[in-house]
Amino acid sequence: MICLGIEGTAHTVGIGIVRDKPFEILSNVSSMYRPAAGGIHPRDAANHHASVFTDILKKSLDEANIGFGNIDLIGFSIGPGLGPCLRTAATAARALALYLGKPIMGVNHCIAHLEIGRAVTGADDPVLLYVSGGNTQVIAFMNGKYRVFGETLDIGIGNCLDKFGREVGMPFPAGPRIEEMAKRGKKYVPLPYSVKGMDVSFSGILTAAMHAMERERIEDVCFSMQETCFSMLTEVTERAMAHTEKAEVLLGGGVASNRRLQEMVRKMAEERGAKFYCPPGKVLVDNGAMIAWTAILMKKSGMEMGIEDTSIKQNFRTDEVDVKWR
Amino acid sequence: MEMIIKRGAEAEIILSEWMGRKVIIKRRVKKGYRIDEIDKELRMQRTKKEALLMAEARKAGASVPIIYDINLSDMTITMQYLEGRRVKDCIDEMEGREQRGICEKIGEGIASIHRNGIVHGDITTSNIIIHMGKTYFIDFGLGEKSSEREKQGVDLHLLMEAFKAAHENEELFNWVFDSYEKNFEEASEVIKKVEEIAERGRYVVRG
Repeated sequence: MICLGIEGTAHTVGIGIVRDKPFEILSNVSSMYRPAAGGIHPRDAANHHASVFTDILKKSLDEANIGFGNIDLIGFSIGPGLGPCLRTAATAARALALYLGKPIMGVNHCIAHLEIGRAVTGADDPVLLYVSGGNTQVIAFMNGKYRVFGETLDIGIGNCLDKFGREVGMPFPAGPRIEEMAKRGKKYVPLPYSVKGMDVSFSGILTAAMHAMERERIEDVCFSMQETCFSMLTEVTERAMAHTEKAEVLLGGGVASNRRLQEMVRKMAEERGAKFYCPPGKVLVDNGAMIAWTAILMKKSGMEMGIEDTSIKQNFRTDEVDVKWR
Repeated sequence: MEMIIKRGAEAEIILSEWMGRKVIIKRRVKKGYRIDEIDKELRMQRTKKEALLMAEARKAGASVPIIYDINLSDMTITMQYLEGRRVKDCIDEMEGREQRGICEKIGEGIASIHRNGIVHGDITTSNIIIHMGKTYFIDFGLGEKSSEREKQGVDLHLLMEAFKAAHENEELFNWVFDSYEKNFEEASEVIKKVEEIAERGRYVVRG
């Protein structure tokens, strides 16, 4: 089975083509909306997605070296995410499915991160630390569902970093710049370490980091922010692993591209005798291949979706999905 | 005799002997993933605070292991050994009536610590042990002295999530709630907070 998957939950629109037997990502093309100033404006992001769509569709088919006739299934990100972006991706998916006369499948974005991670790394039953702009969740499979064991009680980690970056004049996304700055940090500036059970919160750190900027070097503040936030994330991931008694950990989401976070989670896994998995950058960030692959899993487990079932779900929760393929 | 019986996320639980009796030693271990400045401070603060909260929760009438010794150079607390099982491991095997009894005791215990200005900070079904028919609360490592409704709400919300995430019977938590309400005058305010916290969680469907 060959599936074309469309991702469009936030700043990135992506189209990936995946074959299941043998598993291969035939292509994975995406385009990211970068606001000229400020954060993501949902409408502008959606306009960006619509304007580049046909372009990346063509690129994706070319790279996979196939034509429309080879495609068996259309997958798309049905939620969670920004309404205008989701609607743009869903509209494109419906149009393609109807035009090609092929079945359609709406995929939960968070679960797609986990499934593509499992497929490319070989992790079997991991705890996923999923960290992106809007999402910060610790997810694991239990009793037929992917359940959220820990999550942010306020803003996503990426959002925290981006907001800090915006205040100090870094372009969006700020994560990579903060990572560079942090490498030159020498001094730890204490910031509020906020772990509540398996949950975390970041808004207090953001405020404290802004205040620290008045008297400390930016390199030291970036260093301290990373150390504090990532220690918290690693700690709650370890807590979820202890609680669920799972021995594998997987990273997902754009913020997981951060080398320091990878290093910390790898070290944590080592110390507790667990296995660490991190997919390569292209499938770590939002991408179409993860949607395509999860759509294949859903379809092969016997799930069906008609056009009338494809309304987007902005607030689609990870634990609402009935996981029939595991 | 020293035997590690559990390697938790932040501490080793060691079965040992102290003055001729069986004891549990909780040792907060160094985490290689975080820098020393964060690591040492966290371990020290948490060890001190945990010992203090355990003593106060016990005074408040909740079932909590007795503390025998505290050592801040190797970050250990030596406490009473409880022969029993974690709620997480045995609640699913129980009959409905027995489940209900346990849940009611859990609600009562949480009510008594909240009434006395303590929040536990990490009430999951792994942190409650059934010993001689009583429900013992362990691991006050993330607890604090507070009577804030928000923090009390987070306590209950966390337990609710733990029940929902790992246990089949969806009634369990209602029983905890009911008995919490019976044993804590200000419970209704806390329960309102729990609903607020649940809604604040990301992507909750608002109906």
